[in-house]
Amino acid sequence: MKNLTEFLPAIWFYLFAVITVGSALCVVGLKNIVHCAIYLAATFLGVAAVYLLLHAEFIAVVQVLIYVGAVTVLILFAIMLSQKYSGMEIVQHNSQSIPAFFLAAAFIIGMAAVVSRTWVHAAKPMADVQGSAQSIGYMLMQPYVIPFEIASLLLLAALIGAIIIAKKDIE
Amino acid sequence: MSCCHPCQLLHIGLMHYLVLAAALFGIGLYGALVRRNAITVLMSIELMLNAANINLVAFSRYLVPDQGPLGQVFVVFTITVAAAEAAVGLAIVLAIYRLNRSVKLDQINLMKW
Repeated sequence: MKNLTEFLPAIWFYLFAVITVGSALCVVGLKNIVHCAIYLAATFLGVAAVYLLLHAEFIAVVQVLIYVGAVTVLILFAIMLSQKYSGMEIVQHNSQSIPAFFLAAAFIIGMAAVVSRTWVHAAKPMADVQGSAQSIGYMLMQPYVIPFEIASLLLLAALIGAIIIAKKDIE
Repeated sequence: MSCCHPCQLLHIGLMHYLVLAAALFGIGLYGALVRRNAITVLMSIELMLNAANINLVAFSRYLVPDQGPLGQVFVVFTITVAAAEAAVGLAIVLAIYRLNRSVKLDQINLMKW
């Protein structure tokens, strides 16, 4: 079956795209906020699979570690700590649903139209880079070492700031 | 219209990733505009940041073959900033909840006149 193996990348892409977009729709559409957080984790996993399809293995692993492992758990903790009726179905939308829906739909359709009409469908993928983690590590340590250090400083500031803001009573 | 040719739809290229990222961004935009709960708005912002990351990785793979994984380095920084944003944002949400027992965005009107 030559045809099937030829279309295998397309099948994988559409499968993961449907998972990503479907669970993203669940994130913005469901009424139970805990379910929203679980579907957010599913969206992050779908995005990680898309990174794998793009041959960005290191980014996919980082995505799973940070987004699925840390950010989702952080959001779940915040939900548990801040909801009076956690896990109940309550109306979560404000009165701007219809204009916001048309705005988002216009954005998606406009972007798709622009993207499909330009030169990007003629772009060819570059040759597969072996060991993307190795070259990312080299780039972080050699040409981008100052942004790397500033990122660590930003993380430290965010850590201290989050603790100070969320502390119960500050004298 | 070359984009509607079935051959184009079945050979995955840069266009497909860009359209997927645009869809994810649009969904996140809708969520950030519509939801009343501050935590869900933060979740929608995370969706939009993920869409931007998909764009960066896709452009890095398809458009700058001589630079190595330059876009992936940018994605590392974006994920760092997004994690810091999530931590500080959720801390602010908890502080607001402690102040007025609600995280509904239409009830947070302390600074409105």
